[in-house]
Amino acid sequence: MTETLLKVDDLKKYFPISGGIFGRKVGEVKAVDGVSFILKKGETFGLVGESGCGKSTTGRMLLRLTEPSAGTIEFDETLLTDLSKKQMRKKRRDIQMIFQDPFGSLNPRYTVQQIIEQPLIVHGLGTSKERSRMVEELLETVGLDAYAASRYPHQFSGGQRQRIGIARALAVRPKLIVADEPVSALDVSIQSQVLNLLKELQSEFKLTYVFISHDLGVVRHISDRVGVMYLGRLVEVADSNMLYVSPKHPYTRALLSAVPVPDPKNKSNRIILSGDVPNPAHPPEGCAFHTRCPLAADICRKVRPELITDEQGHAAACHFI
Amino acid sequence: MKRKKINLNLLVGCFVLLFFLVTMVVSFFYTPYDVNAIAVSNKLQAPSSAHWFGTDPFGRDILSRIMAGTQTAFFVGSVVTLIGVVFGTLIGGFAGYVGGWLDEIIMRAIDALMAFPGIILAIMIVAVFGTGTLNTAIALGILATPGIARIARSGFIQNKQLEYVSAAKSIGVHPLKIIFREILPNIYSPLIVAASVAFAIALLAEASLSYLGLGVQPPDPSLGRMLKESQEYLTTSPWFTLAPGITITLLVLGFYMLSNGIRDLTDHRSK
Ligand SMILES: Nc1ncnc2c1ncn2[C@@H]1O[C@H](COP(=O)(O)OP(=O)(O)OP(=O)(O)O)[C@@H](O)[C@H]1O
Ligand code: SF4
Ligand SMILES: [Mg+2]
Repeated sequence: MTETLLKVDDLKKYFPISGGIFGRKVGEVKAVDGVSFILKKGETFGLVGESGCGKSTTGRMLLRLTEPSAGTIEFDETLLTDLSKKQMRKKRRDIQMIFQDPFGSLNPRYTVQQIIEQPLIVHGLGTSKERSRMVEELLETVGLDAYAASRYPHQFSGGQRQRIGIARALAVRPKLIVADEPVSALDVSIQSQVLNLLKELQSEFKLTYVFISHDLGVVRHISDRVGVMYLGRLVEVADSNMLYVSPKHPYTRALLSAVPVPDPKNKSNRIILSGDVPNPAHPPEGCAFHTRCPLAADICRKVRPELITDEQGHAAACHFI
Repeated sequence: MKRKKINLNLLVGCFVLLFFLVTMVVSFFYTPYDVNAIAVSNKLQAPSSAHWFGTDPFGRDILSRIMAGTQTAFFVGSVVTLIGVVFGTLIGGFAGYVGGWLDEIIMRAIDALMAFPGIILAIMIVAVFGTGTLNTAIALGILATPGIARIARSGFIQNKQLEYVSAAKSIGVHPLKIIFREILPNIYSPLIVAASVAFAIALLAEASLSYLGLGVQPPDPSLGRMLKESQEYLTTSPWFTLAPGITITLLVLGFYMLSNGIRDLTDHRSK
């Protein structure tokens, strides 16, 4: 029996759009509009979707780096959404984040030693000597030499910097790591190295991941369960192998047909995604995907399909499945 | 490969300022003559080997008075810059980091302060709090604050959306520590540039206020007041005007060159 570590229920984030001289609210961007999922201990939940669909916002809300507008997050039997700001800062010991930009996510003014030991200091762990040893171990764990500790971030390559970011996230032995496009900024050759590292660390430290990416191929590699997002909503959620073998939602099928597949027979039912993602400030009525969906019918333009889960735990939101 | 260019601004600026700094330090222990010793029989002497820069209408040695005047100049400049940098960074940093309507209100107030002609504002402040060296410095410090606040604010706005700030938050770092320990070190260079410009402006402003008789009061020596006192002798004893005039110019120029030099230096590094 694996137990639930994270339970996200109807999570929403509406960003106000302000205009005019007095900065009045003139509208809102529904960046995340009712996302729910459950994550078991030791598993990886992959979150995919095109740019701007609300993946990062969802990820940031899990640590309350962005405050949710509505919904609840239950983590390890604590309701994160009920914690005070101070309690939440303490709780971040258990939830860490790995960021997309290997050049922006490390403060250029500090050495690698200072960067990696910062979470230890913040949470009052270890003496200065113990911390130095821990940093050394962490560097080794992520595949960097110990002498890296005294250097500055700009002296490393993107892949190495990402490893430093991973070491920092690992330092406080978190239970959950939210990785927001951790390999998107890296060369393809280095991507798989970092992905493999993340996998190794997962089994070594019994980590649970929320893994965000716009690349279904990358997500497949690492996820147990995958959620596909479109304009702030999950349109399909399923176990990884189910989703990739028999996708239900037209959007997922379109995304998958853009991923190079070794099997050429699959070519026959390719769906080409045309057009741009609609403006999230004015999402289409009914099914938000209808403006680009090849199967769209009248009902799609009027009624929003619910996310319906079948017996196998495969959920999709479409009128025609 | 580009050949490394010599940072002329930095070099000359540092040289000029170092020269005046040494002059100021020396003046605490030694001036050729007593700064306030009056010798009417000796008045308005042209430069000579005895009095390098000549003497003023009271027969006081101008070189000695210029040397002592640099003390006031550096004192006022330092106080102004200190006030400006501390309050400017606090106010601008807070506004930029917090954002929203608080930022809006603070920045409107700062715009209003900046729209007001500076010297008139300084005169008003001095009129309320009284003249004197320290009051002049405080008045000018208040004037220097808005400009530095703007620079600090834009630095904070730029930096707060970088991922290293998110990373610090995700670790659980306290917001005050994020402001002072994470973001502030990344905007040191524009702040240092702003501070040296503030220093230059403070020197000019102190001279102007003292020239108007509102700034530094006797017996404190002031380059600005020397300029004012020299005015009626401009045609008969031009050295009396030239000496403080050139000193002020060189000092201001020195700080401007220093600020340009630092800007070039940091621009280079960021590339
Ligand atoms: N702080 C903010 N204020 C206003 N709007 C925001 C803010 N952050 C994000 N948004 C908007 O919310 C929507 C979702 O953004 P988000 O960054 O979560 O997308 P994403 O799926 O991570 O995209 P990407 O692949 O580009 O990282 C976008 O339309 C974005 O413009
Ligand atoms: S509901 Fe209609 S528009 Fe939406 S995905 Fe299904 S078929 Fe396409
Ligand atoms: Mg993102």
